[in-house]
Amino acid sequence: MSGDRAGGAEVRGEVAVLGAGMHPWGKWGRGFVEYGRAAARAALADAGLEWTDVDSVVGADTVRSGYPGYVAGATFARALGWQGARVTSVYAACASGAQAIGAARAQILAGLADVVLVVGADAAPKGFFAPAGGERPDDPDWLRFRILGAVNPAYFALYARRRMALYGDSGEDFAQVKVKNAAAGALNPNARYRKAVTAEEVAASAVVADPLRLLDICATSDGGAALVLSSMEFARARGAADPVRIRAVSTVTPTYPRTVLDLPDIATDSAVAVAPAAGSFRSSIARAAYEEAGLGPGDLSLAEVYDLSTALELDWYEDIGLCGEGEAVKLLREGATALGGRVPVNPSGGLSSFGEAVPAQAIAQVCELTWQLRGTAGARQVPGARAGITANQGLFGHGSAVVAVR
Amino acid sequence: MERTRTPVVQGWFTEADAEGGFRLLGTRCSACTAVFFPREDAHCRNPHCPGGGELAEVPLSPRGRVWSYTDGRYRPPAPYVSDPAVPWDPYTLVAVELEAEGMVVLGQGAPGVTVADLAVGMEVEVVGGVLHEDATTTWLTWQFKPVGGVA
Ligand SMILES: [Zn+2]
Repeated sequence: MSGDRAGGAEVRGEVAVLGAGMHPWGKWGRGFVEYGRAAARAALADAGLEWTDVDSVVGADTVRSGYPGYVAGATFARALGWQGARVTSVYAACASGAQAIGAARAQILAGLADVVLVVGADAAPKGFFAPAGGERPDDPDWLRFRILGAVNPAYFALYARRRMALYGDSGEDFAQVKVKNAAAGALNPNARYRKAVTAEEVAASAVVADPLRLLDICATSDGGAALVLSSMEFARARGAADPVRIRAVSTVTPTYPRTVLDLPDIATDSAVAVAPAAGSFRSSIARAAYEEAGLGPGDLSLAEVYDLSTALELDWYEDIGLCGEGEAVKLLREGATALGGRVPVNPSGGLSSFGEAVPAQAIAQVCELTWQLRGTAGARQVPGARAGITANQGLFGHGSAVVAVR
Repeated sequence: MERTRTPVVQGWFTEADAEGGFRLLGTRCSACTAVFFPREDAHCRNPHCPGGGELAEVPLSPRGRVWSYTDGRYRPPAPYVSDPAVPWDPYTLVAVELEAEGMVVLGQGAPGVTVADLAVGMEVEVVGGVLHEDATTTWLTWQFKPVGGVA
């Protein structure tokens, strides 16, 4: 990509982001429907559209609020008032929000809808995510708790320890990710944690899963996020001459054999029958997005990545191609990924400042890209932002990356 | 009353293989040689498998090298079984790379193995152990410990 506009001319397959909205993250003690409805109203207001203008609503499901959560699209449509829109509900673990965006985009590009509302919201439990109840020995998510007591942070800790062994990363390096993200989150009114954190505070927090400490690991939160997407034709007809555009939505599966131990698995695939592909599953998610968008890491103004742990943010630097394998700490220490740096990562404050609200999180990442690309991100604005990527990964082989441009 | 000794999952390990040792049990596809652990008995998951093979039980390598490791400093939620009346005793988790199978298997460390005893690349072996006991049953599992014991 060259020239002063990373976004460049309109590319076939783009959809416009007309509106973005969130219900602030926190522990509010209310139901997910309320958060989702508030986010949806905010996104519609941002778009200057009425709910009755929406042709289709796509909900990202939550599995933590019973049946209404499994049919989130209809649940949000009912809360907003039935108006006859096409309805879709999707679940894809942490990538649910991105798959919802992907479904909305497909409907727009297929000509099935002009305006689609995408909503995700969660009311999260306190503490470790636990599996669904009952005796279910055929469910790997149940088994990893039953046999190993392997909570999510245990997996993040395995990856962190591996970085330390392979690349010489240290706990002090990981703490610097927290310091960076807390500084950005302090500037974000939608973040749950809005206070600067020092490396000393990270080091003084309790070890949860060696080598990771409490402040290395993201919390679970309540929150809601929504987007109003439309066809480029609809956007232009509405007078939005230069809207933020979604140019790629990657939701690829891993390829066999997957050789990195992943949630909720007890073992990797075996590499004896088939040689593993080069690069990690995470890097393949980003690569597919770059290919679809026709741009690369060098074109990015910013990135929002899934920092379930501080160390995992460093993995993402390498996986989305900001630096080579093992070079993430160098990039971090240079300040390249901080606000004011060459390519800020998690200018929103990231999961570190939000805590994870599973089905809302990947949508919230795109909300941040939208505000950054519009130049309306306030104190955390990345100057002249023209292209951004989101990246996330979840249980059961899910992951996503969204590229947005302006 | 004597407790019954029961594997926490049936068919994932044997306490005494042909040579009398504890071994994890996987399955191997006769058509493409892919190995699966936990055992896959219904279908081969290799997309390039020519098909038509059988999945036969196969013991996994008794030794491997540490891919990574961690511990659990807080009590995990159910279905992990622990007595809330007893102070939490952290356990160690070890991810072990089995060279012959080309895979990484996760397991708890044997009693007494802490993160301080481990390093990435260290040789470890699989051993039988007790996950927990209740009134009627001793629940058995697999564990890893450094070859030659803990320093
Ligand atoms: Zn096969």
